[in-house]
Amino acid sequence: MSPARTLATARRVLRQLRHDPRTVALLLLVPVLLLTLLYYVFDNRAAEFDRIGSSLLGIFPMLTMFLVTSIATLRERTSGTLERLLAMPLAKADLLLGYALAFGALAVLQAGLVTGLAVWLLGLTVAGSPWLLLLVAVLTALLGTAMGLFVSAFAASEFQAVQFMPAFVFPQLLLCGLFTPRDTMQPALEYVSNVLPMSYSVNAAQQVLEHPGVTGHYLRDLGIVAGVALGVLVLGAATLRRRTA
Amino acid sequence: MMNKSAPGREPAVRAAGLTVVRGGARVIDGLDFTVPAGSVTGLLGPSGCGKTTLMRAIVGAQARVSGTVEVLGRPGGSPELRHRLGYVTQDPSVYRDLTVRQNLDYFAAVLGIPRPRRAAAVDGALTDVDLGAKADALTGALSGGQRSRVSLAVALLGTPELLVLDEPTVGLDPVLRRDLWNLFHRLADERGTTLLISSHVMDEADRCHRLLLMREGALLAQGSPAELREATGSATIEGAFLRLVDRAARPESAGREEPERRADREADAGNTGPEGDTAA
Repeated sequence: MSPARTLATARRVLRQLRHDPRTVALLLLVPVLLLTLLYYVFDNRAAEFDRIGSSLLGIFPMLTMFLVTSIATLRERTSGTLERLLAMPLAKADLLLGYALAFGALAVLQAGLVTGLAVWLLGLTVAGSPWLLLLVAVLTALLGTAMGLFVSAFAASEFQAVQFMPAFVFPQLLLCGLFTPRDTMQPALEYVSNVLPMSYSVNAAQQVLEHPGVTGHYLRDLGIVAGVALGVLVLGAATLRRRTA
Repeated sequence: MMNKSAPGREPAVRAAGLTVVRGGARVIDGLDFTVPAGSVTGLLGPSGCGKTTLMRAIVGAQARVSGTVEVLGRPGGSPELRHRLGYVTQDPSVYRDLTVRQNLDYFAAVLGIPRPRRAAAVDGALTDVDLGAKADALTGALSGGQRSRVSLAVALLGTPELLVLDEPTVGLDPVLRRDLWNLFHRLADERGTTLLISSHVMDEADRCHRLLLMREGALLAQGSPAELREATGSATIEGAFLRLVDRAARPESAGREEPERRADREADAGNTGPEGDTAA
């Protein structure tokens, strides 16, 4: 592993994005517009907007990063550039961390924009600091990046990669406590939701919503999200093979 | 053509019993061959005969390889070889959404070329493939032939000792093809680079010092173009190839002419001469 190669990879991914301004615009603007829409949907119910809005702040970056990473990595696999890189003196960790850095930077930008909009323009009120909310969003985005990287190994085409998004992300969305509190679900479903990482992102966001300071639960939840992201990234590394059939 | 390999140098590639299994079938079956250091060696054979698989086995990208393949004195696929060989796949493996220079700059960084020397290395590789004028064009906007030259330029960046090129001249116009072959020979002559170049176009054979003729996962013959022509009594490598195929199909009646084949070999009519022993 070498920092120079990791940084070169991150710079390369960002340069690729710079040649695709429409994707960047969509990445940054769509969450902003969706949150604004949500604000008008919950017109006079500020408490509900606070609850759902704060959770969504963590979920948006995960969705977009999952999609962007799975497609980008799939392209890398199908265009032959991955094979070329792995025939060069590049450690797998350089590639993975390079991607995580580049998309992580993008996630910070995206989450910062949408959190800023929510807190300052749409009047989303949380008891804790909005910075804590931003941290949830960034870690969840990294989880999305790691998951996208992992599933791209099982997609043979971009059609399949896109279909993995509802398959991997929607069950988590349904079970994460956004629609109904997790402890009121069927015990079997509650158990499943306990092992899905997005549940902990939403938990952490709820902690910020309800408590003024950093709580132990908040730290535990963030730790779980970060740990799962790291674990999935390692699994993703195992799918990068120097020798293929 | 003279074989330029220095007598004292170890072969760049030495394979013994090289076998690749894919989907239960032996797509490469027990090949024994050498690629002399500093030579331009052509790997010729029809589409689908296993040229790409063989090249992938040499560079260490192919799974399920048995037998031995030694590359630059190391077992094929060793990590330390990643600095010393360049591999260019048939489809250009470069980023279409980067400019030519950005592509080369990234791969130069991956190869560990220090930043102060990177720009010069990139310019040098672009000059080698005659793409200096397109340095700041988006790679995806180039023609197919230009894009394969970008891919080739990437392989030239680290001044590798062994270059493995999969059909680098396919689909290029004759002028460009001649220029590339001149470049390949310059690399061999001036930098001592060994080149293994695949092609399914037999008329490129005479541009090589040495040939490996392949068909259906097996090696028909290896030797210099002159040796192969002489051993088969053919005027062209295409003729030699056909004769070797016939001979492999009917070993006991080797050398007898099939009437319908004769048209292909009008140049060497009447010469159904004795066999050499260059057949692998």
